[in-house]
Amino acid sequence: MKQPPATQASASNDTQTAGEAPSRPIPSLWELFIEFFIIGAVSFGGGIIAYEKILLTEKKHWLTDDEFMASLAISQTMPGLNSVNLAVLSGDRLRGVWGAVFASIGLILPGAAFVLVVGLAYLAGSDHKMANLLLAGVGAGATGLLAAITAKIGVRQFTNIKPLMILIATFVLMSLVNLSLPYVLLIMAPIAIFLYRPKSQKSEVKP
Amino acid sequence: MTILIHLALTFGMLSLLAVGGGTAVLHEMQEVLQVRYHISPEMFVHVYSVGQLAPGPNMTMVLIFGYQIMGAMGALITGVAFFLPSSILCFTIGRLWNRIGDTPWRRAVQNALEPISIGLMCSGVYAVARAALTGPMSGALAVVTFGIILRTRINPVYVILIAGGVGAGFKALGYH
Repeated sequence: MKQPPATQASASNDTQTAGEAPSRPIPSLWELFIEFFIIGAVSFGGGIIAYEKILLTEKKHWLTDDEFMASLAISQTMPGLNSVNLAVLSGDRLRGVWGAVFASIGLILPGAAFVLVVGLAYLAGSDHKMANLLLAGVGAGATGLLAAITAKIGVRQFTNIKPLMILIATFVLMSLVNLSLPYVLLIMAPIAIFLYRPKSQKSEVKP
Repeated sequence: MTILIHLALTFGMLSLLAVGGGTAVLHEMQEVLQVRYHISPEMFVHVYSVGQLAPGPNMTMVLIFGYQIMGAMGALITGVAFFLPSSILCFTIGRLWNRIGDTPWRRAVQNALEPISIGLMCSGVYAVARAALTGPMSGALAVVTFGIILRTRINPVYVILIAGGVGAGFKALGYH
């Protein structure tokens, strides 16, 4: 297990010239699978996006920094896990549909195997006193972790009034009013998009 | 069979609603699992915690719920239903994007979704905390973990495992 590298550290030191035609190495499907499988197996404790960035732009030079950042932006806008979306998009860019399939399955497989083995052990022995003792503490720790990740990702949202209001309204509807998630999104998404609508557009550009 | 279809629909919907990542649907998932499949909040938190110890994308733990509900087939269906729809959507939009390029509206949508997804993540924290924090001991443990992860660059897996040990120690002594 090693420390996940910092995500933003090397994100901006981009020396890529914009118009350069990418003459990139094209990986085989197998290579794509293996490289993403390795990330899926070693990324204990998170930081997958950083591992993916290192693989794609530094280790193999499969994507330029610009291409990576563009893919990352789409991955974050779309529903689903950012790391999986990123594997889908870069796999597609490199090897089409099958590239997307091989990269994302490679990424998910090790964690899925881990979870099944540990989870089945848990389901088999969930009434064991020791397991429950341990899991109580682990649950408290996981709560702290989740809160810390939320605080880290949300710094800009917590410290500005407009996003903070949207954030609080979303939380209240979801957790205190107890609306179901689709309704929360149906209410909050139009309001938020209206608040963030592009400024000074003469004719509206359709998305 | 109806249960499998139902599982597929439930997790497929969660997949498409997971704006900003899986944490955004934690609260909804916990409620659905409790109401429809009688999975207790306590078990939800245990499985969630196990999932945080796993490498790779942090929502592979949905497989355990699938297994608990319908065995191996349930795990498979749940996994496919949770990861496939959002991946297909992202794949399709990704291709469209390369054709259309950046527009002011794309930025607007992304800016608008960010605070919503952080709000949903807060709901995720709330849902997990409600089940995991059963007394002052576990509350203190969560706060300490929160501080350590926010202030240092220690791998979270170690912090969680240590929290497990410390929590077990205190609980064995009768503190909660």
